[in-house]
Amino acid sequence: MTTENWQDGGFGLYIHWPFCQAKCPYCDFNSHVVAEVDQKRWERAYLSEIDRIGAETGNRVLHSVFFGGGTPSLMEPALVGAILDRVRATWPASNDMEITLEANPTSVESGRFAGYRDAGVNRVSMGIQALNDSDLRRLGRLHSVAEARAAFDIARKTFDRVSFDLIYARQKQSLADWRDELTAALAMAADHLSLYQLTIEPGTAFGARFARGGLKGLPQEDLAGDLYQMTQELCEKAGMPGYEISNHARPGAESRHNMIYWRHGDYAGIGPGAHGRLTLGGDRFATDTPLQPGVWLNAVEQRGNGENPRTPLSPMDQGAEYLLMGLRLRDGISLKRHESLSGTPLDPNKIKYLSDIGMIRHVGDTLCATSEGRVVLNAILRELLPE
Amino acid sequence: MTELAYIRNFSIVAHIDHGKSTLADRLIQLTGTVAERDMKEQLLDAMDIERERGITIKANTVRIEYPAKDGHTYVLNLIDTPGHVDFAYEVSRSMRAVEGSLLVVDATQGVEAQTLANVYQAIEANHEIIPVLNKIDLPAADVDRVAEQIEDVIGIDATDAVQISAKTGIGIPDVLEAIVTRLPPPHEGDRNAPLKAMLVDSKYDPYLGVVVIVRIIDGVLKKGQRIRMMKTGGTYDVDKVGVYRPAMVAVDALGPGEIGFLTASIKQVRDTRVGDTITTEKNGCATALPGFKPSIPVVFCGLFPVDSAEFEDLRDAIEKLALNDASFSYEMETSAALGFGFRCGFLGLLHLEVIRDRLEREYGIDLITTAPSVVYNIFMKDGEVRELHNPADMPDMTLVDHIKEPRIKATIMVPDEFLGDVLKLCQDRRGIQLDMTYAGSRAMVVYDLPLNEVVFDFYDRLKSVTKGYASFDYQMIGYREDNLVKMQILVNDEPVDALSTMVHRDRAEGRGRAMVEKLKELIPRHMFKIPIQAAVGGRVVARETLSAMRKDVTAKCYGGDATRKKKLLEKQKAGKKKMRQFGKVEIPQQAFINALKMDD
Ligand SMILES: Nc1nc2c(ncn2[C@@H]2O[C@H](COP(=O)(O)OP(=O)(O)OP(=O)(O)O)[C@@H](O)[C@H]2O)c(=O)[nH]1
Ligand SMILES: C[S@@+](CC[C@H](N)C(=O)[O-])C[C@H]1O[C@@H](n2cnc3c(N)ncnc32)[C@H](O)[C@@H]1O
Ligand code: SF4
Ligand SMILES: [Mg+2]
Repeated sequence: MTTENWQDGGFGLYIHWPFCQAKCPYCDFNSHVVAEVDQKRWERAYLSEIDRIGAETGNRVLHSVFFGGGTPSLMEPALVGAILDRVRATWPASNDMEITLEANPTSVESGRFAGYRDAGVNRVSMGIQALNDSDLRRLGRLHSVAEARAAFDIARKTFDRVSFDLIYARQKQSLADWRDELTAALAMAADHLSLYQLTIEPGTAFGARFARGGLKGLPQEDLAGDLYQMTQELCEKAGMPGYEISNHARPGAESRHNMIYWRHGDYAGIGPGAHGRLTLGGDRFATDTPLQPGVWLNAVEQRGNGENPRTPLSPMDQGAEYLLMGLRLRDGISLKRHESLSGTPLDPNKIKYLSDIGMIRHVGDTLCATSEGRVVLNAILRELLPE
Repeated sequence: MTELAYIRNFSIVAHIDHGKSTLADRLIQLTGTVAERDMKEQLLDAMDIERERGITIKANTVRIEYPAKDGHTYVLNLIDTPGHVDFAYEVSRSMRAVEGSLLVVDATQGVEAQTLANVYQAIEANHEIIPVLNKIDLPAADVDRVAEQIEDVIGIDATDAVQISAKTGIGIPDVLEAIVTRLPPPHEGDRNAPLKAMLVDSKYDPYLGVVVIVRIIDGVLKKGQRIRMMKTGGTYDVDKVGVYRPAMVAVDALGPGEIGFLTASIKQVRDTRVGDTITTEKNGCATALPGFKPSIPVVFCGLFPVDSAEFEDLRDAIEKLALNDASFSYEMETSAALGFGFRCGFLGLLHLEVIRDRLEREYGIDLITTAPSVVYNIFMKDGEVRELHNPADMPDMTLVDHIKEPRIKATIMVPDEFLGDVLKLCQDRRGIQLDMTYAGSRAMVVYDLPLNEVVFDFYDRLKSVTKGYASFDYQMIGYREDNLVKMQILVNDEPVDALSTMVHRDRAEGRGRAMVEKLKELIPRHMFKIPIQAAVGGRVVARETLSAMRKDVTAKCYGGDATRKKKLLEKQKAGKKKMRQFGKVEIPQQAFINALKMDD
């Protein structure tokens, strides 16, 4: 069997749990707040979807499973266990298969950590968001810093691999404020950290407030640039260099799952609003599912298929996706691989121009953004993407 | 056809926004010309741009019928005219086709600069003038004061001014009666004489082709006649004769004193010169009408397609638009940086904006508008005199003896409290005061100003320093020598021809500073820093540096985000197409014209 391009990226399974206890005002993920969830019913639906995707891809080695949300730490450990049992029965697992679950740092949730571990979860990613109570309130979070730290300690005792998320470039956050907070974060970090600059997303409460002229004191471009640069430097010094635009890890502790996305691997997406990329019979497809939990459940229960019709990706689309995902990585992309996906090489004049102005580095087959280039990656992509 | 005695032709004239089009609405409505359900505000302002900006751009003719108190039904032909100074030519032309004017004055504002300008034109056209005081429904209306002003400033009797509210309809019947009793019928007109008709205007209709608006002086115009344009010499078969009500309605014939339209398979706008005399090919009239003073474009700029592949589409669009607007001129132009385009002449900056808007909107072409310029006279050392429409074509200064620039006489009316600001503005723009008089608490100042100081943003500045209370009108008065130089703009060390301007030597530094500062705001940040310089004859007079982009990256991008991200980048890439590349720098299309608007 000849190797297909996606195999350079690996194969993963993403499972979306679409419920949260409250909707955070900045968040545009597919999350819903409901009074009660019939977890047994959801279990049947997830298992049925695993069977369906498994029938198409069952011979592949699975490198990663990721429970994302929403708030997957609201799932009963039994539900997580049932899903993982079916996953193991469906795909051969790689030796080091990573199984990550996103968790919110409240006491209710940390109580379930041992159960998740016993179900097979070997990594958690916690949404701590800020190490400052007043900013946590402003971000609409239900937990305090103390609670988050307590939950984090439990996680560290329970799992070998623990990551957490912070959101910075917040309202009125100065360079000095963030330096102190990040220093504290690095002191507590295990092996992985996701540091996101706050993005005002349309369709969220913050989006509406911002459009009305509210949310004063968000950093302007220059400060945002300084905040980003300082973040890279502090993390690097602490031994957790940025391996992707917003992700930092001790070498070897990178998120296996997310690397599949950035390295243009294949992944199946299960659950409402989950996306996937699957190479089948030589063609690559983008998959997605209905956003509304009820609509998705009905589709699975009544049609035996929770997916929307699949979209085939043209060679151009594939090349563009590889480029825009891959250049997020410090290590960049392979030009050969790009060409074999898209059918056309990148414009050598553009490569030369972007190298000349110090935005990218081109060595042998590798093309990567420089540290100056990564902060303005969108501008680089606007140049490089074909018309 | 109607007997002369029962015809009244008039234009509605006023300062901008004093309510001409609204008055036209009421006249149309009260005479039942348009069904109630088809009525809407400023019905005659049919173009999208007119409705959006709330102003009239094109003059419009409508025929209405009014049963007067004397028992006769009169045919009234009204022409609603634009108020903005750029379109003064439309007003003067319209006035040639009629015998009287309704001079509308907003009773809350009083006499303004265009009120005066219109009165002078009406007097020159020998019009009977009926003053109409509008907006009396508003609490701020001061009828007595404004009537007094009309008498003092304009010198016409305002005792019989009709007091109305064009909005609520108060006084409209009085306007109709006044038209019939106070305006004269068409002066002469012999139905049996050879056809003699005035070509008032022409427009382009996508279905009918060129439509010609005519005023019949003598004879009868009928379908099937073979007509001749006396000046251009073209002959045509008349396909259709009709009147505007305001929809086009065909009629059998138009007789003396009447205003209407004809179509005759006319292909080219050059064949329909406004002011021309139309007669029959055989047995035509002997003498032509005097014609109109031609309109002179005073502002020139280059129009280039953002996407150079759209040049032919642009040519097509410009030719079609020119059919509708004889006062706009164009010729092909090439620029090193911008490729093929057109150098176009306009009556003013609003006129320029309107044409550009219509090209973009009605024909879907994205345009780059280069820095507007007036026409300079370049006196070469060898005795040659050149007309310079484009600063980029400025010859080597060592070959130039001297340069003359166009000057205007500007009349500004302003409440006392803002007088100081207005004088300062005029002084800053190299103005020479010619006159200053007072009428009540308003001052009227007259300045001799260089046109190029006025063209771009004078009107905007005047409005802002006087909180909108000043009004302004101008006329060209000739050319005068001054110490003028060409100023170049260098972006990332490369000269951008489309941004070259002519400036007075003493103001080169100030202008240059303002332009580079403006450009620094208008050009988006790039991945590298960009010096922006203004230079005169190789010497840099102002410099700014646009810093490099600091951050443009998406924070989160996981599995589901790839699709969304790709769409977003595609959209941004399309946005880049609206910019033009100069060396490595992309300059947005609006920058070329906005760079010249000064905030002083
Ligand atoms: N209150 C009040 N408003 C009026 C009256 N007449 C006109 N307006 C308002 O004044 C504004 C300008 O009216 P237009 O009829 O467009 O004025 P215009 O003179 O045709 O303007 P241009 O064609 O741009 O010169 C509009 O908002 C009208 O609604 C009136 O009698 N009373
Ligand atoms: C799926 S979300 C959240 C998972 C989990 N429910 C939580 O809130 O902790 C993953 C991460 O994206 C980040 N995030 C969400 N919305 C964001 C925004 N508008 N700007 C920046 N980061 C955001 C947060 O750090 C969040 O932890
Ligand atoms: S940030 Fe996390 S907890 Fe908040 S609404 Fe989004 S998914 Fe739910
Ligand atoms: Mg009007």
